[in-house]
Amino acid sequence: MQRYSIFSLARRAIGGHRSWAPLWRKPAPKPRYDIVIIGGGGHGLATAYYLAKEHGIGSVAVLEKGPIGLGNTGRNTTIIRSNYLWDASARIYEHSLKLWEGLSAELNFNVMLSQRGVLNLAHSIGEVREAMRRVNANRLNGIDAEFLDPAAVKRFCPILDTSADARYPVLGATLQRRGGVARHDAVAWGYARAADARGVDIIEDCEVKAISVSGGRVTGVETSRGTIAADKIAICAAGHNSVVAAMAGVRLPLRSHPLQALVSESVRPVLDCVVMSNAVHVYVSQSDKGELVIGAGIDSFNSYAQRGSFPVIEAQMAAILQLFPSFSRLRMMRSWAGIVDISPDASPIIGRLPVAGLYLNGGWGTGGFKATPGAGHVFAHTIARDSPHPLAAPFALERFTSGALIDEHGAAGVAH
Amino acid sequence: MLLIPCPWCGQRDEIEFRHGGEAHVSRAIDPAALDDAAWGDYLYMRDNPKGLIAERWVHHAGCRRWFNLLRDTVSHRILAVYKIGEKPPDAASDFGGDP
Repeated sequence: MQRYSIFSLARRAIGGHRSWAPLWRKPAPKPRYDIVIIGGGGHGLATAYYLAKEHGIGSVAVLEKGPIGLGNTGRNTTIIRSNYLWDASARIYEHSLKLWEGLSAELNFNVMLSQRGVLNLAHSIGEVREAMRRVNANRLNGIDAEFLDPAAVKRFCPILDTSADARYPVLGATLQRRGGVARHDAVAWGYARAADARGVDIIEDCEVKAISVSGGRVTGVETSRGTIAADKIAICAAGHNSVVAAMAGVRLPLRSHPLQALVSESVRPVLDCVVMSNAVHVYVSQSDKGELVIGAGIDSFNSYAQRGSFPVIEAQMAAILQLFPSFSRLRMMRSWAGIVDISPDASPIIGRLPVAGLYLNGGWGTGGFKATPGAGHVFAHTIARDSPHPLAAPFALERFTSGALIDEHGAAGVAH
Repeated sequence: MLLIPCPWCGQRDEIEFRHGGEAHVSRAIDPAALDDAAWGDYLYMRDNPKGLIAERWVHHAGCRRWFNLLRDTVSHRILAVYKIGEKPPDAASDFGGDP
C-alpha cells in the first residue's frame, strides 16, 4: 500500500500525479474463502478490515452488488454522535466514536472527521426533561454531554430561531461537543484500501443470488460471478438484509423503508454545528462545500425503490424553515433516498443467525453511519470467535424472543 | 408518491392515509398457549419482501376505514385493493405476476 503523507504528495506532485496506485485491486473471485461478507458498504468493509487486522484472517472476500460505498454509505447525512440513552447503545456508539477519533491515522486516509458539536433541540417541557435525563445517563456512561438553556443555544448556534414566539420554541438543547460529521465516501474508500492491503478481496459487481446450506451449516454462496465456497458468511446488506437472510431460510424482524435526504445550493459558512430536532424530525449540517445537508424521516411504507414520496420532503422543509427562517431563500439542489432496515426497537441486530456459520450486522435503520467503525470492530470479533463481542451481546437476534429489547425509538429520539 | 384507491372514496393522495404494516398477521386465539419463540414471531418477525407485499392502510383523513393493498415494493405499483377479512387476490393469476 502506498503510504500517504506530505512527502508522498510532494514527490508525486513533481511527477505530475501520474504514479498514484488505485486504492484497491479488482480481483476475480476465488473459489473459496474462510469468510465471505455480503455487502460492500462501510460496515462490510470495516468488518473485513478488522477481521484481517485484529484476528489475522486474510482469506476474506467482500461481495458487493454494485460499486462499493454507493448504497447507504454514500447516501446518509454523515452525522456522528454517541449520546444514546440506554447503556448498551451508549457503549457501542461510544466505542464507535472513539474509533472515529483515531480513524484517519489508523487507515492512513483522511476521513475528514469534524467534531463540530451536535445539538439535539427540546421544544417542550417534556422534551426538556427527557433531554436532561439523557444528559445524565450519558455522563454516567462516560460520554460528554451538556444541557444548554435557550440563551446558550443561541450563542452556540446564532442562526437558529430561538425567539419565544417561534412555531417550535427552543426550550433548551443537549450538546455533544465530540459529535460531528465525517466524509462518508472517504470512510468506504479508506476501509477498502486498508482491508485490501491486508489481503481482503473486494469484489464489486458481484450479486449474491443464493446461500448454500448443508446440514444446518452454510457452505457458500451462488453469485452473478460464480460459486464461492465459505466457512462463514456475514450479512451487511442494510436495506436488503431481509432478502439475503431469506436465501438461507431465516426470517428477520426488519422492515425496509426509504429514508430521504437533500442538499441545498452552496452558500458561505452559516452553520458550524449539527442541529437535530426529534419533535419536527429535522437534522441539518453544512458540508465543506457549503451545501446544507438535510435529512428527512422515513417514508411510512415498505419499499426497496431508493426513492421516497414528496410529502415527506415537503414536511421536512416546512419544519426547517421554522427553525431557520433565513434558509427560505435557498434552493434545494438534489434529493435522494436510501433503503434502511428498521428494527422494532430502533436498535441494531448483531450476531449469529439460526443457521451455523451465518452472521448478521443489520437493523441499523436510520443511524448506521455513525456506527461504521464500531460495528465493524465488534462484528469482526463476533464472526472470528463465533461468540458475541461483549458490546454486541445485548444486540443479538434472541432479544426478540426473550423480550430484552433496547428501546431507542423513544429514548434517543427518532432522528439519528 | 402513491395514489391510493380507497375502496370507499376512490383514488386519493397518499397523505390522506396511514400505513398499518403487514396484513394477515393474525393474533393467536389463545396467546397464553404460545411459547416465547411463537409469541416473538407474532410480535416482531415480518416478511419484508422485495416485490409483492400485502399491507394494511387506513384512510385517516377520509372515511377512516381500514383496507388491504397488494403493492409492489420496488415499482410502488398497486395491484389490488381488498377489504379487511378478505383473502389477498392471487397475484400470479390475476395480475400476470410480478411486474
